[in-house]
Amino acid sequence: MRFSSVAFTVALGASTAAWTIASDDIENVLQNSFVAKNQATMDRLERDAVQTACSAPRGMPLDNDMLASLRAERLAEVVLPADGQYLGDWQRGAEVAGNGRGLQSSDDPTQPNGGNCYACHQLAPDEVAYGTLGPSLTGYGARGQSEAMLQYTWTKLWDTHAYNLCSHMPRFGAQGILTEQQLKDVMAYLLDPASPVNQAAE
Amino acid sequence: MKRHLLLFTFFLAWLCSAPLAADDGVFDQYRDLMGDDNPAVFVIDEGEELWFMPQGPESATLEACDLGLGPGVTAGAYVRYPRYFADADAVMDLESRLVHCMTTIQGRDLKTVTAQPYSLRGDFGTEMEALVTWLAAESEGATIAPEQTHAAERAMYSLGEEIFYYRAGPHDFSCATCHEQSGMRIRLQALPDLTSHTGAAEAWGSWPAYRISQGLVRTMGWRLRDCFRQQRWPELQMGSEASIALQTYMAVNAAGGVMTAPGLKR
Repeated sequence: MRFSSVAFTVALGASTAAWTIASDDIENVLQNSFVAKNQATMDRLERDAVQTACSAPRGMPLDNDMLASLRAERLAEVVLPADGQYLGDWQRGAEVAGNGRGLQSSDDPTQPNGGNCYACHQLAPDEVAYGTLGPSLTGYGARGQSEAMLQYTWTKLWDTHAYNLCSHMPRFGAQGILTEQQLKDVMAYLLDPASPVNQAAE
Repeated sequence: MKRHLLLFTFFLAWLCSAPLAADDGVFDQYRDLMGDDNPAVFVIDEGEELWFMPQGPESATLEACDLGLGPGVTAGAYVRYPRYFADADAVMDLESRLVHCMTTIQGRDLKTVTAQPYSLRGDFGTEMEALVTWLAAESEGATIAPEQTHAAERAMYSLGEEIFYYRAGPHDFSCATCHEQSGMRIRLQALPDLTSHTGAAEAWGSWPAYRISQGLVRTMGWRLRDCFRQQRWPELQMGSEASIALQTYMAVNAAGGVMTAPGLKR
């Protein structure tokens, strides 16, 4: 399907009608269809390597070698906490997990961004307003706090593509959505035995 | 009408006291309670009045507007959109077609009629919202059958599919992030799978819709713009190529479904 519009343009030869769109013109179409609004600037429509690789319609054949090297590259670029401390405050982490604001044109850029974890994941069993696009993370802390587990969880939050290329999840660290401290707080929300995520429902 | 408003008030009171259910159930119950009654009826009436109201330097009504089935034919016109119009050499959605008629028939200024197509929260609805609501109601119960005969219409579908999967912005979101799987929800909100016929028909067939939480009728053009706001993208423009391409993608996937708009939404 992806190449049908290219074929269409070729078939029309030199036609210059406004509606002849080649696939490589998609950036132009988007530039002409959107306008910058507040913090949502036009450069956000430019894709990096991950976004380009992960924009293929479902079922389209992908270049596995390219994907493997891209995944390895993402893994190599993960930044672990400078002080080696992975766990912050689970109570502050709960706020980050429940906050859906941040980086929208309608959001106040002076306020901290949220992680909006609940949009897609179940976490604390008492919170019923959770989404299902991602797996349930209720009881996540049962996985323990080994160094491997801490690094794995941090990496997943920092750049999900380091493990699962083209996952739907945002790159909270690599894209600067959350600060290092916020990531630590979310880590604690997931892994601290005292966190509601790891308590039985009341 | 008073009975409807009374029911609506009771519902709101009950909704506020009802415990949160982990699904869209309360809104389904609201829809059942309302039956065929929808606050959008007021907006439908307003849209019809606007169609027959002389406006602009030409002091013309929109009766000479050809929505695709001939000048002035409104019944069943909406379900054929988006479609190619030779007089504009472009594939148009209903909103851009109305803009075309306002500027060419009524002689109105393009910038003025496109300045604020969608109302802000707390505002009264706009002329565009009212017209689209009435015209959707003029297709209520009709089969969704967008034109795909012209090469430009088919190219729009391909472009729409490509934009649907285009990941960008700080969160790497595309339309597909939320709308390529069935049975999923974001928080409590059920998400239609727009790549499937069932999901696309349900979504395309229910907009424009009265948004209970906003007290306004919203069009599909607004719905797309608000999706992109949540995607952290810049603002999608009404009648833009990307907007029409995505609507074509949805409408064609929805083909064969039933137009039930104006719908009722959370």
